[in-house]
Amino acid sequence: MRTMIMGLAAAIALGGTALAQGQAIKPAIVYDLGGKFDKSFNEGVYTGAEQFKKDTGVEYRDFELQNDAQREQTLRRFARDGFSPIVAVGFSQASALEKVAKEFPNSKFTLIDMVVDAPNVQSIVFKEHEGSFLVGLLAAKASKTGKVGFVGGMDIPLIRKFACGYVQGVKYANASAEVLQNMTGTTGAAWNDPVKGAELAKAQIDRGADVIYHAAGGTGIGVLRATADAGKLGIGVDSNQNMLHPGKVLTSMLKRVDVATIDSFKAAKDGTWKPGVTVLGLKENGVAWALDDNNKSLITPDMKAAADKAAADIVSGAVKVHDYMSDQKCP
Amino acid sequence: MSAAPIELPRWADYVLVPALAVAAAFVIAGLVVLAIGENPLESTAILLRGALATGEGVGFTLYYATNFIFTGLAVAVAFHAGLFNIGGEGQATLGGLGAALVCLQFESLPGWLLVPLGALSAAAFGALWALVPGYLQAKRGSHIVITTIMFNMLASALLVYLLVNVMGRPGSMSPETRTFVPAAHVPFLHEILARFGVVIPTTPLNGSFVLALAAAFGVWLLIWRTRLGYAIRTVGANPSAAVYAGISISRITMIAMMISGGLAGLLAVNEIMGVQDRLLLEFTGGYGFIGIAVALMGRSHPVGIVLASLLFGVLYQGGTELAFDKPAITRDMIVTISGLVILFAGALDGVFRAPLGRFFASRRRGDA
Repeated sequence: MRTMIMGLAAAIALGGTALAQGQAIKPAIVYDLGGKFDKSFNEGVYTGAEQFKKDTGVEYRDFELQNDAQREQTLRRFARDGFSPIVAVGFSQASALEKVAKEFPNSKFTLIDMVVDAPNVQSIVFKEHEGSFLVGLLAAKASKTGKVGFVGGMDIPLIRKFACGYVQGVKYANASAEVLQNMTGTTGAAWNDPVKGAELAKAQIDRGADVIYHAAGGTGIGVLRATADAGKLGIGVDSNQNMLHPGKVLTSMLKRVDVATIDSFKAAKDGTWKPGVTVLGLKENGVAWALDDNNKSLITPDMKAAADKAAADIVSGAVKVHDYMSDQKCP
Repeated sequence: MSAAPIELPRWADYVLVPALAVAAAFVIAGLVVLAIGENPLESTAILLRGALATGEGVGFTLYYATNFIFTGLAVAVAFHAGLFNIGGEGQATLGGLGAALVCLQFESLPGWLLVPLGALSAAAFGALWALVPGYLQAKRGSHIVITTIMFNMLASALLVYLLVNVMGRPGSMSPETRTFVPAAHVPFLHEILARFGVVIPTTPLNGSFVLALAAAFGVWLLIWRTRLGYAIRTVGANPSAAVYAGISISRITMIAMMISGGLAGLLAVNEIMGVQDRLLLEFTGGYGFIGIAVALMGRSHPVGIVLASLLFGVLYQGGTELAFDKPAITRDMIVTISGLVILFAGALDGVFRAPLGRFFASRRRGDA
């Protein structure tokens, strides 16, 4: 009996030290159907993971889903093979992750863009409406016609959340400004249809819009090309897309999934990984607008000051950006 | 099917030609695998082992096969009537809507009633969605290929609208309905066996597989053992002769399309009522299109379709394992491999058919 207790104590002690050093992590990523190289959301996670690999030398495994049935299968497979933390990218993974997390209580899961309440799940969500508000403000300030555009991918609540924040930002800067809105389509193809994106942008330009924001994944590449070709301004999304057409992209609304990924991996490595919900907004640097050499000339000091002030007001709570997801309505 | 029929012995037509097509596809796919610096033999072994060597693998293979059987049969029934139904995706989408409406509406019903009702509703919605192109073809001469493709888009648009604005769960990020009551769930095989104390790995394989096999048997009965089946085959083989025999082509066209759409709609029983337990976007996952390849490969015969479905099930499940074990082989490579199988089985059918026909013809002459 005594030896058993001793053994148990030793095991706990050993386990404890292993946890404290926490070097042996086997991270894994499950991308959403969009795929690893979507130039936007999923690719942000990939960029973050590659950066982590470079910084720490820790190898990771990843998997690109092909259909819905694979979600559970892949998560379970990674968990069974001892991978942890497992990063699940995209809100569609939630129900599969909920099941698998229960089956493997000792594995750590990180879910991006959706919340699952479980003792071994870390949920990371973003306040896209706050970032969209700021680029909306910049768009209104940059517009000469008083008309700005928005091109969304698929008409789902998430994209309405982008649009809603954007409209509020535009109206905040110029109450009489008009926002033209289009969604690209109704199938998954809407995320990857640059030709149609360009057509929608051209139609909006014909109606007088001179700054167009896209939240449409690969479709947005066409939006940015069309605005650049017409001598108007585009606004990128998720990753920094300013360099796609230098001087023709006003700014990009950054959603720092790369930072979220690195942080999650690092925390697991250092043994500080914690379950629960992390909401990344302007305050946490989870969303931001991009300012670099490519768009320096487009952002006047006045615009920058206005955006910085609005950002500070949002952080302090003086300006409230309405979240479409809270009541499915946009003021 | 082909303009100049090539006489082949039955066994060669049903077994040899498809087998050669698959073999050729694997050889070419092997070359592609070799080109990206992986070992094709090892990859094939992983693929087959992943799909067939473990209980979990077999479960997933049969789960995928269930989908392919439904859509393959759907294409085959229309094909016997000389119609090319490319609308499996849309019909399955509407099937999902039909199943979901019943499962959400009649939550208080017991499972033994709710599940069949949901399945019937899925079939009915799929059938009605296929009836419209069928009607347009029969009465207006609008080409079925064009209209069914367009109806895929319409179905998808309708589902997005309903899930985003009407049926979606409020406050949810993803456009999907709330989860169905447990009574609406088609039990998983591992759940059924657990009741008898048998433990097998958790897989999405569910009771729908039995329904799929029953549907295959039903299609065989229909096409080869009933008057309606005879009429369908007559219309498909020779419309003028069918008219001469007093068969109404427009009536048969519409009936065949409805049966076809109903079969495609049943896919929703597997995906929506069996696996997801909620209605969500894009659950059809391209199975409707693969169904065309399955029907071509299975020579539009239920037995052939079940076998071809198993093959595609192996490709899907084995492909997943392959992508898992060999990070260099991405999911796009897996699509390439399935694409090669489709290419050889469907489009390049004649490549093997013509020489085989000559070979058998010369043998016959030699015998004589």
